[in-house]
Amino acid sequence: MIKDAVCSFCGCLCDDINVEVEGGMVKRVRHACRLGSSKIMGHGRIESPMIRKEGKLAAASFQEAYDRAAQILLAAAKPLLYGWASTSCEAAKKGILLAEEVGGVLDSTATVCHGPSVIGIEEKGLPGATLGQVKNRADTIVFWGCNPAEAHPRHSLRYSSNSCGRFTPQGREGRKIIVVDVRETRTAKNADKFVRIAPGSDYEVISALRMLVAGKGDVVPEDVGGVSKADLADIAATLKAARFGAVFFGLGITHSRGRYKNIDNALSLVAELNSHTKFVIMPMRGHYNVGGIGQVLAWSSGYPMSVDFTRGGPYFNPGETAACDLLARRDVDAALIIAADAVSNFPRATAEALADIPVIQIDPYENPTTQLSEVVIPCAVVGVEAEGTAYRMDGLALRLRKLVDSILPSDEEILVGILESVHKQRLLRANEEA
Amino acid sequence: MISGRTLAQGAGCESKMSPEFFKAAAVCHLSEKDFKSLELSEGKNVLLKNEFGQVVLTAKADAGLPDSMVFIPMGPWANVIVGKETGGCGTPHFKGLEVEVAATNSPVLNIRELFSGMGVSGYV
Repeated sequence: MIKDAVCSFCGCLCDDINVEVEGGMVKRVRHACRLGSSKIMGHGRIESPMIRKEGKLAAASFQEAYDRAAQILLAAAKPLLYGWASTSCEAAKKGILLAEEVGGVLDSTATVCHGPSVIGIEEKGLPGATLGQVKNRADTIVFWGCNPAEAHPRHSLRYSSNSCGRFTPQGREGRKIIVVDVRETRTAKNADKFVRIAPGSDYEVISALRMLVAGKGDVVPEDVGGVSKADLADIAATLKAARFGAVFFGLGITHSRGRYKNIDNALSLVAELNSHTKFVIMPMRGHYNVGGIGQVLAWSSGYPMSVDFTRGGPYFNPGETAACDLLARRDVDAALIIAADAVSNFPRATAEALADIPVIQIDPYENPTTQLSEVVIPCAVVGVEAEGTAYRMDGLALRLRKLVDSILPSDEEILVGILESVHKQRLLRANEEA
Repeated sequence: MISGRTLAQGAGCESKMSPEFFKAAAVCHLSEKDFKSLELSEGKNVLLKNEFGQVVLTAKADAGLPDSMVFIPMGPWANVIVGKETGGCGTPHFKGLEVEVAATNSPVLNIRELFSGMGVSGYV
């Protein structure tokens, strides 16, 4: 029995998972949610590296796959290196080296997820806290455009609405929970107050709350985004009455009209609330280490996502250097997709651009990206078969453990293999030219 | 149309080629009233169409949804009807899209069929 393993599925990074291992295989997982159990128990894997020959993927050695991947990246004028949210910070570091080495653009899955949050936070700053602080102190919690009951199933019990902490011993009974959403989710069913807003009206509703919190309710109309002024005034009063309040927000707000401006406005609301009481705000990060790639990119290049290394120095301009924009403009001529399934998760018209360029995939599992890849390199699963560092949604770094052995290399080892091949092929070319 | 995470979609998102993921993600949730007004029943399909594309999904009534709103689990089926515009911030509109919904007898494409037009080929 391995005790207190860290789950590598979502941004909660639950660190109380017990795993029974027998004969080198995971036999049983305790404490994990359905999402975490599914990942740790494991399922169908890509068994061998593959290279496309005459239109079909055929088994190859790891070294052949590294060499072909390096060849593709070296031949490209502007390769995209995308994914990184479901792998370790150590792999991210090697990926950034590779992007610099081959002159590519490195982007993470944040750009189709909390990218607008990252931009909004850059504009305003983040009045944050650890999840432990929320658990121990928060008496009022707002879930805005997020549904942790399905996306982060243990969030409520471990860190938020239903958790019992040092100064919150009553747990759910002692907290006020407000859920703001366009639909009544499972999370909404656990709320004291569910506020249904009209789709795309987040910005207006947040603005109205800012006015009410600031005592300028006279400028608020009778109905904002389908919510009555009386209701909004009631919510504003609840927020101001909190001793310690926390706002958790999700893709309901980042994917909707207003996008990063919604986040910018929510941060202003929290700043306003801090004139009256203590309030914090946190994005509900989805993939377990999407925070980590942001951290590693930020400390190594100065930017948290969508970093273009083709100009000799790092350059960041989302809308121009983000993966979806680059593909929509057909502005990249090769792609390395690691720990992500871009073909499934990008808009169809964007994903179609990947079919026209050579794609290298590094992933444990077969998915639609596999099917149009030129090179496929299977890897060990970080947090199950390989160790590494990951950042929880609150920015806390945790060490993921290796639970079972694997014959497959880690993402980090694969990236080192490709980097070495890049160096080797460069040297060969230089010698030939000399 | 809005798209987002569900428990079943999340549990299957790293085994995308499996029948479980197909069952979890190739689904369109409608309000109970819309479900009835389209004369749907459990297991019937709907065709969703907009300027970006069209996709057939299995219809499911959802008491939590308001009328005139559909919810699709995030992933390859939902993304057929998502546009590539990012509004200058890198993130497409995965939510808040206008879409026409009609009952259909057409089948739901499985994941290999869904990408068959994209130069997909099998393994050796």
